[in-house]
Amino acid sequence: MTGAFKAKHQRLLLLSLALIALIGAALLAAWALRSQASYFFVPSEMAANPPGVGEPVRLGGMVEAGSLKTLPDGVTIEFVVGDGEGRVPVIFTGILPDLFVEGSGVVADGSLRADGKFAAAELLAKHDENYMPRELADMDMAQKQQVVAETE
Amino acid sequence: MIAELGLAALWLATALAGLQMLGGFLGQREAGSELAMLVRPAAVLQALLCAFSFGVLLVLFIQTDLSVALVASNSHSAKPFIFKLAGAWGNHEGSMLLWVTVMALAGGLIALLERRLPEKTILATLAAQAFLCLGFYGFILESSNPFERLVPAPAEGVGLNPLLQDIGLAFHPPMLYFGYVGLSVAFSFAVGALVTRQVNPEFARVMRPWVLAAWIFLTLGITAGSYWAYYELGWGGWWFWDPTENASLMPWLAATALLHSVSVLASRDALRTWTVLLGVVAFSMSMLGTFLVRSGILTSVHAFAVDPERGSIILFLLALYIGGALVLFALRAGTVAEGERFSALSREGALVFNNVALSALLGIVLLGTLYPLLTEAFDVKVSVGPPYFNPVGAVFFMPMLAVLAVGPMLRWRRDSLSRIKWPVIVVTAAGLLVLLGVWAFAGIALLPLLGMAMAVAVAIGSVMPLLGRSLRRLPLATWGMVVAHLGVAVSLFGMAADTAFTTEKLVAARVGDTTQVGPWQITLDAVYPVAGPNWIALEANLGASYQGGAAREIAPQARSFWAPPQQTSESALLTRWNGQLYAVIGGEAPDDGGADRWQLRLWWKPFVNWIWYGGALIGLGGLLALIGRVANDLKRRSVRARTAVRRGEAAA
Repeated sequence: MTGAFKAKHQRLLLLSLALIALIGAALLAAWALRSQASYFFVPSEMAANPPGVGEPVRLGGMVEAGSLKTLPDGVTIEFVVGDGEGRVPVIFTGILPDLFVEGSGVVADGSLRADGKFAAAELLAKHDENYMPRELADMDMAQKQQVVAETE
Repeated sequence: MIAELGLAALWLATALAGLQMLGGFLGQREAGSELAMLVRPAAVLQALLCAFSFGVLLVLFIQTDLSVALVASNSHSAKPFIFKLAGAWGNHEGSMLLWVTVMALAGGLIALLERRLPEKTILATLAAQAFLCLGFYGFILESSNPFERLVPAPAEGVGLNPLLQDIGLAFHPPMLYFGYVGLSVAFSFAVGALVTRQVNPEFARVMRPWVLAAWIFLTLGITAGSYWAYYELGWGGWWFWDPTENASLMPWLAATALLHSVSVLASRDALRTWTVLLGVVAFSMSMLGTFLVRSGILTSVHAFAVDPERGSIILFLLALYIGGALVLFALRAGTVAEGERFSALSREGALVFNNVALSALLGIVLLGTLYPLLTEAFDVKVSVGPPYFNPVGAVFFMPMLAVLAVGPMLRWRRDSLSRIKWPVIVVTAAGLLVLLGVWAFAGIALLPLLGMAMAVAVAIGSVMPLLGRSLRRLPLATWGMVVAHLGVAVSLFGMAADTAFTTEKLVAARVGDTTQVGPWQITLDAVYPVAGPNWIALEANLGASYQGGAAREIAPQARSFWAPPQQTSESALLTRWNGQLYAVIGGEAPDDGGADRWQLRLWWKPFVNWIWYGGALIGLGGLLALIGRVANDLKRRSVRARTAVRRGEAAA
């Protein structure tokens, strides 16, 4: 049986089995990435071209001034995320990140509900200069100022 | 003054690295030449100088010498001592100096201790190590000088990111660095063996303890980092598939594969080319991780300073080293002689399966980590998280565990299924029993269900090699394997149980209110302000009682630091053998007319602590194996020395 294999054959067989497994892994990864990666939306994009209900996505924008309110249970909050063009109402249950304030940027991990509200499972706010969601870092400066100016 | 001494030592070390590289390469023609004789002393001296330089940086941080720019921008006179010390490597420049120090020390140790391989191979290895060091010395001196002065010196430092002001910082980064950079030794040995055509079992035996040591540090570093993130971030999670976590996981996967293949090469003289390739890949993953984390391409708590120049230098070094090693591999791989043959059902066969699965996992993590960068080139922003990594990883992880449960029982070279029939039946039956039992009574999701069943099967399979053997005579290395594999099972059980059975409660509680979370009853006794050396905090006093037992006190805090101004939540943990209670205090909930309400987030996480117990066991297993291997080697050396003495006496 196996003993009859020449050394070269065994090497070749091992190599091809390993290659098949690795190529299989790469194909599986590529397929899963296309279906499982969560896309990043800004409010205007979400309004124009909403993701499917329940599909995990990220929403990033500015917390509109005056929109933040806490529901009677004391731990569920609602606010509006806007980018000057679109507005998306967001609902979140949990402890707010330390630097979460009205008029500053936020990225919400979650999904759209059937009623059009965005249910955030997690909020990523700017922790400090060095630690912030990448999407927010890119949005900084001009865009932020413009958004804040428009929402005030 | 001493800052300049540190810088001078660094320049001298750079020059010595140049000499070491030159001598090593020229020594390939004639190993006994005068230049070649200088290589080992140069490596040792280089290590001493570099270590001295790092020592100087430590002193500067301890003294809080604010005339040094790095100290001024990362430290503060009011910081506790341990964080002043840890602050030395809690920043880009300091961490790169630590990196190159470890690299130089590893080279120095090889030069000092390693006498088994042909001298030419050692020379080539030391030359490769010096080549690696040179790149990083150049990087530090060119763009990341830790000793740069600041004129005029400020009155006070900026302080250290509060998230980093934790005892975890004192251990987690140095451990990971010892691991990352320890793999450079495997890289250099692989290059040395390829250059001198010495890919053989002796080379594997020499390389093995280095790989083991680096792997132990990586394992413990990742375990510590995971626990640190778990309690410091206050999110209750222990693994986020964050790119920086992946950056440490990828070298670990490669090192784990290398550890197993190097064993095959050392014991059975098979998998020659593959082992050399893994040696190159493992350190490449370390450098790739450093590039991803340090370049600012990925922003996170680990990206100290975003500087495109630094990113491009690291990218250049990455391309040079990985590209160069792969070209060498491509040129020489064909000349590596065929190793020994083995049947598919054998220890080697199982280890090949392990290696292929680990490589596939490595590829999956790598693709998932790089995918957001790829799509960003097309202006599409995505994030890749658990929905990708967990199921796709499991496709390869679970079969690998199944082989892990029985593999260690197999004999080298060739084995028969009938010989190991009973152990396989026992392991399979135990796994199936858990699978059906948990599924029937708890009805949890597929992945944690599979995880729990597999954990039990692996736990039983991992101790099977002890059966029928004299426990006293069992080699230490075998004990190491058993303990490490058991650690995998323990850790996996913790992950699966926590994922499946965590219960979470989020409440706005008044003082005196009682909340039920899992088997715990938690009463909010008081909320009051407290002050620390460089922070003030809101602290909650909670009385927690497990299944109606006596109440134990825990006190989570919401801290506000003032240098730099930032807030963190300090979670409070209550550990039992079967899990942890995790409590976080938020802030004051808005007034609803009654007494003040405080936001509390509480988790009961069954068996979550087993994740880190398992990680510690894996590290301990590695340590046992390392001690066993080194002790064996020392014994062999002393026997050889004694025979030589006797032969000398006989001749006289």
